[in-house]
Amino acid sequence: MNETPKPNSFRAGPDEDGRFGIFGGRFVAETLMPLILDLQGEWEKAKNDPAFQAELADLGTHYIGRPSPLYFAERLTEHLGGAKIYFKREELNHTGSHKINNCIGQILLAKRMGKTRIIAETGAGQHGVASATVAARFGFPCVVYMGATDVERQAPNVFRMKLLGAEVIPVTAGNGTLKDAMNEALRDWVTNVEDTYYLIGTAAGPHPYPELVRDFQSVIGKEAREQILEAEGRLPDMVIAAVGGGSNAIGIFHPFLDDAGVQIVGVEAGGRGLQGVEHCASITAGAPGVLHGNRTYLLQDHDGQILEGHSVSAGLDYPGIGPEHSWLHDIGRAEYVPIMDHEALDAFQVLTRLEGIIPALEPSHALAEVIKRAPKMRKDQIIVMNLSGRGDKDIFTVAKILGMDM
Amino acid sequence: MTVRMDKRFAAVKAEGRPALVTYFMGGDPDFDTSLGIMKALPGAGSDIIELGMPFSDPMADGPAVQMAGQRALKSGQTLSKTLDLAAKFRETDNDTPIVMMGYYNPIYVYGVDKFLDDAIAAGIDGLIVVDLPPEMDDELCIPALAKGINFIRLATPTTDDKRLPTVLKNTSGFVYYVSMNGITGSALPDPSLIAGAVKRIKGHTDLPVCVGFGVKTADHAKAIGASADGVVVGTAIVQQIAGSLTKDGKAGPDTVASVVTLVRGLATGVRAARLVAAE
Repeated sequence: MNETPKPNSFRAGPDEDGRFGIFGGRFVAETLMPLILDLQGEWEKAKNDPAFQAELADLGTHYIGRPSPLYFAERLTEHLGGAKIYFKREELNHTGSHKINNCIGQILLAKRMGKTRIIAETGAGQHGVASATVAARFGFPCVVYMGATDVERQAPNVFRMKLLGAEVIPVTAGNGTLKDAMNEALRDWVTNVEDTYYLIGTAAGPHPYPELVRDFQSVIGKEAREQILEAEGRLPDMVIAAVGGGSNAIGIFHPFLDDAGVQIVGVEAGGRGLQGVEHCASITAGAPGVLHGNRTYLLQDHDGQILEGHSVSAGLDYPGIGPEHSWLHDIGRAEYVPIMDHEALDAFQVLTRLEGIIPALEPSHALAEVIKRAPKMRKDQIIVMNLSGRGDKDIFTVAKILGMDM
Repeated sequence: MTVRMDKRFAAVKAEGRPALVTYFMGGDPDFDTSLGIMKALPGAGSDIIELGMPFSDPMADGPAVQMAGQRALKSGQTLSKTLDLAAKFRETDNDTPIVMMGYYNPIYVYGVDKFLDDAIAAGIDGLIVVDLPPEMDDELCIPALAKGINFIRLATPTTDDKRLPTVLKNTSGFVYYVSMNGITGSALPDPSLIAGAVKRIKGHTDLPVCVGFGVKTADHAKAIGASADGVVVGTAIVQQIAGSLTKDGKAGPDTVASVVTLVRGLATGVRAARLVAAE
């Protein structure tokens, strides 16, 4: 079972049982099985339905504002003195992050399935805001589960969700972060199976979620691939993105996976360092396990109990990672590295001053890796980084850490 | 089926009543107290014991069982200690079937083969693993059946006639019918709906059908027991334990005794169930 040969394509997964190698699967309570089988059936139909695809594309253009630009960061490139740096500007999307790409797709599925109520989990609040947004746009009531710690550190997003008409339920179990919010959303779903659609925000959970979230987010990589070919006449040498659950990362990675010359780098939250438990580097410092419907790398103890983790960025504060990333790591197609809280904060400030872009703390992790790697690369090499969200939501957190008065 | 499980269901059937299946969390509030509870259960009228394996993220459980798991983990409970609990119980009781119930990750991390061997050595008769539906049978169900441990599956209101055969295919020991969509500890639905569901499941299998989720009192046990082969009580017992603890969450002077009192009452309900049905 460990003798997995290299596949002809890295983009063919998952198999019919939702597996990427040993990862993925459908580890859910029986109550939910008929629902996820229904969802899978509906997704198969929608994928091949030109009307569905047309509606998705139309909303992409006129509601989200796609395509997002691929921006050459001239001053940052000059400052670092190495590879040319391009940003895929997902932070310019409606609602301020890549999360809306997936939410628009899934709300159309919910509509097709005749569901009348939307639930979602959120960490940083970006997915919660995007879910509340599409729920408002399509006239669904929406309940968002959010860890109590995150409610506090992402207050602007909580207010946005409320303005959009969503009910935000703070979850106090555990550390009050994304993992706990996801447990509570699953409990809601298992109770309200008849009318409720669970809009999962990351490329994790039971099959078919990792696949369908990836497919909705792959618009990022498809556009970026065309845009860099147009701008530079060739593919980039490296694609970098931050990874929590990993939806923005798989979205930009996936269309490049079969381009052998493109190095793929995912950046995990190193928190306060990997020696203790205050980090969220599931691949770098975790082990395979089963949580939230899928097998993947998890932060856990020797008894299989899930650890809480820590990251300055609420969006990366999750002890697991999408199963496709675990597989890409195991087969060696992608590399996953940790970035510490303080490195991300430094990168946040660099970008703000050099390019006039305030990034979210999540892509600030990817940026910190760019800052490490670009100077060691040749000037004719190219890095494309996914700038997955804007940092307005993080200004209070950053002010507190930097000791600045607002 | 293990001999213990077979014999127990045959015995209660001979008595013309349903079985009382009692759940508690291994290690709640500590190892010794939960061993005391476990040893007291058969004498109080429990026919089958469900031994909870604590997990940090119990996604299908309500607040009462979540808290019980947290208390157990805080007191140092591990999967290995939960197996020890069963082994110690077996030193004095070789008749009462034990079913371990919980989530897959601790078993996966322990190692499936090692776990099954140790479970057999500890005298375990069956497993209920909430997050392993039939689609995941290769993980634990098939290996468990091969070694002679029952794999007890949950059927729910969402398990329609089309899906039931899939769910029942590799199920053994008994079928655990979850009386409503939801988490443990929710309110009990209308017993007549449950009777209909039990009848529906029995149309597909000869296995005993036990019903749980929402059974809290002797009257509930009596009403459900009229149609089911067994009545499962979990949250009520876990809450009884929680209510008996000292302010700092330690075992109180009456922890074991209060569980015994509750289970005695439930056992009375179960024994009265068929009298109602016969009327």
